[in-house]
Amino acid sequence: MSDVLTVKNLAMQFEDKEIFSNVNFSLKKGSTTALLGANGSGKTTIIRILMGMLQPTSGQVDFNSETKIGYVPQFRNIDADYPLSIRAFVELDTPLFKNAAVKERVNHILEETNLTEIQNTRMGEASGGQKQRAYLAQALIDRPDFIILDEATASLDPMAKVELMELINHLNEKHHMTVLFTTHDIPLARKYMKDYLLFENKTLVSGQMANLSREVES
Amino acid sequence: MFAYDFMRYAFLASTFIAITCGIVGVYVVARNYSFLAHTLSEIGFAGGTFAVFLGWQPLWGMLLFTLLGSLGVGGLSLRTDQKESAISSISAFFIGLGVLFLAISGENSRYATSILFGSIIGVDKQGVIQMVVLSLIVIALIFSVLKGLNYDSFDHIGAVSHHVNTALISVVFLLTLAMAVAIGSQVVGSLLVFILLTLPASTARYLGRTIGAMLWWSVGIALVGVWAGLVISYYTNLPVTFFISMIEVVIYLTAYFVHRIKK
Repeated sequence: MSDVLTVKNLAMQFEDKEIFSNVNFSLKKGSTTALLGANGSGKTTIIRILMGMLQPTSGQVDFNSETKIGYVPQFRNIDADYPLSIRAFVELDTPLFKNAAVKERVNHILEETNLTEIQNTRMGEASGGQKQRAYLAQALIDRPDFIILDEATASLDPMAKVELMELINHLNEKHHMTVLFTTHDIPLARKYMKDYLLFENKTLVSGQMANLSREVES
Repeated sequence: MFAYDFMRYAFLASTFIAITCGIVGVYVVARNYSFLAHTLSEIGFAGGTFAVFLGWQPLWGMLLFTLLGSLGVGGLSLRTDQKESAISSISAFFIGLGVLFLAISGENSRYATSILFGSIIGVDKQGVIQMVVLSLIVIALIFSVLKGLNYDSFDHIGAVSHHVNTALISVVFLLTLAMAVAIGSQVVGSLLVFILLTLPASTARYLGRTIGAMLWWSVGIALVGVWAGLVISYYTNLPVTFFISMIEVVIYLTAYFVHRIKK
């Protein structure tokens, strides 16, 4: 299978503080990878570099030219008074005047993310799991084939975590979507992801999830 | 009532201003710019008095000051950690400046009242044309960046991660806000213009669940306020600004309490 992403000799430092260096890895099309590491180890930083939102100190990031990325950031400013419905939130990235094809696309994504029945619920009143699925649904609107999720399960209860992970696996299996999923929940990653990238000693090591040492979990 | 030119002009101008403030307000509230809108209205007061001092129409001084102020204060309020104290000190400075301009222009009370509390009844045909044109410019500017403005205002983090040019949108929006403050001040005065810019839109958040619905509600509520305010004022001979403020506050509080009780 072809690589969708190749990263070579990537290094990042903020002023004098080195975040990571000598980072090399590639992701295959259709792979599911957990990006692991303690808080502050550089997970969000590397994602922001991959997304072109941050310039690395040195190194190269190459996406396969056909790759279309969907990104679900870690934090969103959605408070309890947030007025938009789930559907209106998901539609924020669609054209202002929606033709039948766009409406159909939104319907389909709401269906796939199991939000159809609650599409008119306000985002502010939705549960944590429903909100995360709405964030994912918004990222799916422009048909990505590579989805990056930053700590998507961090604030969810166990049931909602399973529901979201099952959904991500479904997207991977049915649409062959490549998945990069940052988390510090290693048991969860072990259950749902096949490969891992782990921040250790200011660099990134990679391997198959099944071979990840149990020691890392403690 | 409509037999009088001044009432027809007042209705026409305030209709366009209400539509403009209703639309801009939805984004003021979504972006948490209410405080900034309030500061701009105080800067507008200084601009109005500055114009009086120079012998211009207050509207042009207001426009000049709010446009410059929106970029300066906007940049400050988006970046500084101590934004509230920074903005408060700027407000105080501009109110002081306004008082100074009034004093040295020797036109004290008449202009002070009309700039602070509005003077829509006194608007002439030329004034109506100016306000309609300015309103249309604001609405056109909003529509020129509407998709990105919607995304950025209602999901800033999502917009940034989708590479929406949020810096450009922010500047365009600050300019429209400045213009809305300057023209809104012509109806309710610079002291109360933030009422038209925040209350209808805040009420609309309780009533609409899509941006389109919120825009309709916000414009509708702003229109009800200015129209009813003008009619009641005509028959009672009391200030329009008072009635507009009261109507908007009552509508907002009703929506707020109904929303709380439902929850």
